[in-house]
Amino acid sequence: MEMLALALRTVTSTVHDVLPIAAVIIGFQVLVLRRPIRNFRRVATGFFYVLLGLALFLLGLERALFPLGRLMAEQLTSPGFIAGSAAEMFLPHGWADYVWVYLFAFAIGFSTTIAEPSLIAVAIKANDVSGGAIRVNGLRIAVAIGVAVGITLGSYRIVVGDPIHWYIIGGYLVVIAQTGFAPKSIVPLAYDSGGVTTSTVTVPLVAALGLGLAETVPGRNPIIDGFGLIAFASLFPIIAVLTYAQLATWWTNRGRGSDEYNREIAPDMPDYRQE
Amino acid sequence: MKGLLSLLRAMLGSLRDLAPIILVIAFFQLVVLHRPLPDVGGLLTGLMFTVLGLTFFIHGLNMGLFPLGESMANDFANKGSLGWLLVFAFALGFGTTVAEPALIAVCGEAAHAAANAGFIEDTASARQQYMTGLRITVALSVGLAIVIGVFRILKGWPVHYMIMGGYVLVVIMTAFAPDEIIGIAYDSGGVTTSTITVPLVTALGVGLASSIRGRDPLVDGFGLIAFASLTPMIFVMAYGMIV
Repeated sequence: MEMLALALRTVTSTVHDVLPIAAVIIGFQVLVLRRPIRNFRRVATGFFYVLLGLALFLLGLERALFPLGRLMAEQLTSPGFIAGSAAEMFLPHGWADYVWVYLFAFAIGFSTTIAEPSLIAVAIKANDVSGGAIRVNGLRIAVAIGVAVGITLGSYRIVVGDPIHWYIIGGYLVVIAQTGFAPKSIVPLAYDSGGVTTSTVTVPLVAALGLGLAETVPGRNPIIDGFGLIAFASLFPIIAVLTYAQLATWWTNRGRGSDEYNREIAPDMPDYRQE
Repeated sequence: MKGLLSLLRAMLGSLRDLAPIILVIAFFQLVVLHRPLPDVGGLLTGLMFTVLGLTFFIHGLNMGLFPLGESMANDFANKGSLGWLLVFAFALGFGTTVAEPALIAVCGEAAHAAANAGFIEDTASARQQYMTGLRITVALSVGLAIVIGVFRILKGWPVHYMIMGGYVLVVIMTAFAPDEIIGIAYDSGGVTTSTITVPLVTALGVGLASSIRGRDPLVDGFGLIAFASLTPMIFVMAYGMIV
């Protein structure tokens, strides 16, 4: 019964999400473009699959992983656990008390990003457009490493209490410097990957981690310090993707010494579901 | 039979995508926190839903959302009306953001922060008003972002100068915005783009870049999401300074 209520709620919220999009598309198609949608039946079926898939996906997460993940974030950041683990590992008190928190931040950042549906979508498109040169999995792993590093650094910031803007401005400077050296064709995709990483899977777990930390660490205000993890998670993937492109370029160039590399990024990554 | 086989293969792929989360949660639960897994049956059904859901989503993406975004981009390019294309871009950005649940949650938190800091009265109605204002502001900023992004694709301007300009603006605004709003403003950039908007907007950008001669889909087609995650930061800080 409870399951049914949850299912109903998930379906309603997904439909609610999609209605404005459907309204905009149908409105413009009918009133402005004045032509029927090509392959209407197929597109409508596809849209339905997307809806159904998203609803099932969220329902499953809400049932299986989110409650456990949130609870875990609370437990790992609880004062009792933190004091205990430091004593167990003979570490001095200080920022190192939070070793497990950093490990959790890294692991959860990486793993939720790998499962993020919108990142899969962008990676499929990028693979498509680049003629297969950008591997779906290569891009996803690069972005996931970026998110993992970002969230770990963001957790560290909450623990030590530095103001967020120095980190973000520092990150911007790195991005700007990297943009000067990275292959041109990867730059827009890299910038995009910052925005796609944080949606259905990552945000709920990461937000719980940030707020839990800000409540536990003495002297932090959840309202000021609890936020900002998402910002780290959207900045560091840009750096990670640019680095990945640079490394791939350097790697390919080393043997060849020419610069027809631009579009060949990491040809050695294994291929991924292609339709 | 063949269909069933490919469905199974796709589901295996989805399971592989989810495996890291499962491993991380199991490891921390069993090894670090020394706690048993609660309700294993419920976990497994939930997991099955997740795997099925991801499989359907990806299937529908290739069948529905991508072709739709591209065919609309194509139609707009053929119609040749810049005005309508930009109106469409704005409507898509605004419409998809204003109802985004993650954004509503963040705006609620921001209203709390503002009330705590004493910018607004700590009453339900004042908070509600602040929250609605912020939501509309962010939705406007995303609409504007898609418009700028589409315009850039048409003109073929390089994306990095514009994004860097945005960064400079963010840095300048950070110096003047109240401390309580900065964390929320930075976060708002990440939460505005939902799982359905991203594929659609990406397909639109790539479709436009492919329909216009002289544009490269990889160089010119991507970048819309980047704008949509940058402008909310600027607008939220501006909102925090003005209200």
